Amino acid sequence: MVRIDGRGDANSLIRARGLSKTYQRGSEAIHVLQGLNLDVDAGDFVAFMGPSGSGKTTLLNLLGGLDVPSAGSVTVAGDEITRMSARKLTAWRARHVGFVFQMYNLIPVLTAFQNIELPLLLTGLSKAERSRHVETALAVVGLADRMHHYPRQLSGGQEQRVGIARAIVADPTFLLCDEPTGDLDRKSADEILDLLERLVGEHGKTALMVTHDPLAAERARVVLHLEKGVLVDTVTAGRAR
Amino acid sequence: MAIPLIYNVRSLRARWTSTVVAVLGIAGTVGVFVAMLSLARGFEATLVASGSARNAIVRRAGATSELDSGVTLDQVRVIEDAPGVERAEAGPLASPEVVVVAAFPLKGRDTEGNAQVRGVSPKALAVRPSAQIVSGRLFQPGMTELVVGRNAAEAYDGIALGKSVRLGGATWTVVGVFDMGGTAFDSELWCDANVLKQVFQRPPNLFQSATVRLTSPEALTAFKDALTADPRLTVQVDREVDYYAKQSRQLTTLITVLGTIVALVMGIGAVFGALNTMYSAVTERAREIATMRALGFGSGSVVMSFVVEALCIAFVGGVLGGVVVLPLNGLTTGTINWQTFSHLAFAFRVTPLLLVWGLAFALLMGLAGGVPPAIRAARARIAVALREL
Repeated sequence: MVRIDGRGDANSLIRARGLSKTYQRGSEAIHVLQGLNLDVDAGDFVAFMGPSGSGKTTLLNLLGGLDVPSAGSVTVAGDEITRMSARKLTAWRARHVGFVFQMYNLIPVLTAFQNIELPLLLTGLSKAERSRHVETALAVVGLADRMHHYPRQLSGGQEQRVGIARAIVADPTFLLCDEPTGDLDRKSADEILDLLERLVGEHGKTALMVTHDPLAAERARVVLHLEKGVLVDTVTAGRAR
Repeated sequence: MAIPLIYNVRSLRARWTSTVVAVLGIAGTVGVFVAMLSLARGFEATLVASGSARNAIVRRAGATSELDSGVTLDQVRVIEDAPGVERAEAGPLASPEVVVVAAFPLKGRDTEGNAQVRGVSPKALAVRPSAQIVSGRLFQPGMTELVVGRNAAEAYDGIALGKSVRLGGATWTVVGVFDMGGTAFDSELWCDANVLKQVFQRPPNLFQSATVRLTSPEALTAFKDALTADPRLTVQVDREVDYYAKQSRQLTTLITVLGTIVALVMGIGAVFGALNTMYSAVTERAREIATMRALGFGSGSVVMSFVVEALCIAFVGGVLGGVVVLPLNGLTTGTINWQTFSHLAFAFRVTPLLLVWGLAFALLMGLAGGVPPAIRAARARIAVALREL
């Protein structure tokens, strides 16, 4: 269940209340988000759409603890992240958030295996356990035979699948996907969206996705539109239902 | 948890051109630093090794070197009879000596170098047992004959076994070459002290110093106490090894200070090189760093990672700098010994300690060049850096 009216109950996995973000450009204050409310339950797949500059990525950054709001709060699984210290927030991100980036953001000098292993280095897992987790994640994204390839040796779609494997390998509480298909051709984009759908449908993941692409948004269970810093409506996407 | 080292190593390899420039900058600085210090160490070692702990040198009180010293024949007799002096069949092992400085043409150069000519007693070889005649023989007392140190034979033109040399208006014959293990004496020419005094018209009863062989290193105290308490003498007594160590101090300090200044100036350049490399690394990899931090690596891990990367560059530079100057070890060069105004041959000494110092200097440069960019990397706003191209 996704709500934007601020009336969601305490059981929501992600709860944002009165979320605002203002940037100062010289003497001008730019209000990117203005008192936004959001409730997302576990297992939801939400797409955020809206014109450029509407605050989609800013919202994602705030929900993922990459930025701090000017006002309001974000609570995830009972933890209010907006009150956390930078050090605690870093540890929280490692444990709870899986990021998928538009440009994949793989480390070019590391192999697919090593890229995916990165989040696991922050856990107490042994090398053998880490290897097992990485192999499982690679199998989920269908790239078990590419584990020793470097990013430059992979196609865009394959790179993004490695990015998704990296996002899910530590079994985070939710996935934040910033334009995950924005740099891909249609076919590769469809494969990535199939994968995200499968992660939500079959593996019970919670995913929040920013996209410009209506076809990508259609895959989500709920599509939210951002305009001038506020969520204006909730649309239940047809195909995913 | 630290960012894996393999990330830094491969990143350095991926950006190999700027890595090589930074490595070479640090290697050059370390090379100069170690070379200069090895020069100073070599000079110091040559002079210090010239002295023996069992020998004592007696000079006029207040004399700074043998050149401005004077010891009369009467005083020499008192010195020979002092307690602690080793005695042999030929009598007490004491060598009253005179020194003059004479110019000889240097081999391979269109210039002359000053050589120290030492008039010694025929007992000089017994007083300094490390002196070995390696070819020819010792001079005959009363004859204008020279035995020359091995370095002197190599440094000067015409000073070779069997050759005649003009010195002080007389013609001398080189009758032997001696070796004292690369010490300062190896740059000297030795002859009979009495003959040298005659040729140079020095007073017959005046020497410049007397070197004695002690019965043991511990005998110095008794020997020194006896001479300094004797009202007939106004002399100063030094252990020979201390005398030469003191002689080396001025030039060693000069070379060390100059070397350090040159290395520091070069070091500043090398630090800027490292800073440039690391700042551009941070700029180029802004999105990678932001990604790592988004994944949960803390600011401390990022700082550590970039400092380690800079230290890797510095380590390789330091090792390379040390390796490059290693062939200098043992290479003979020469300079003026300002205490004797004579040419002194000595060898570079690249010691393990100097190499460790060089490496430490390199790591210091790496640290100075790595910390500011590392802090910048850790302070960048993640949300902004993630959008960097």
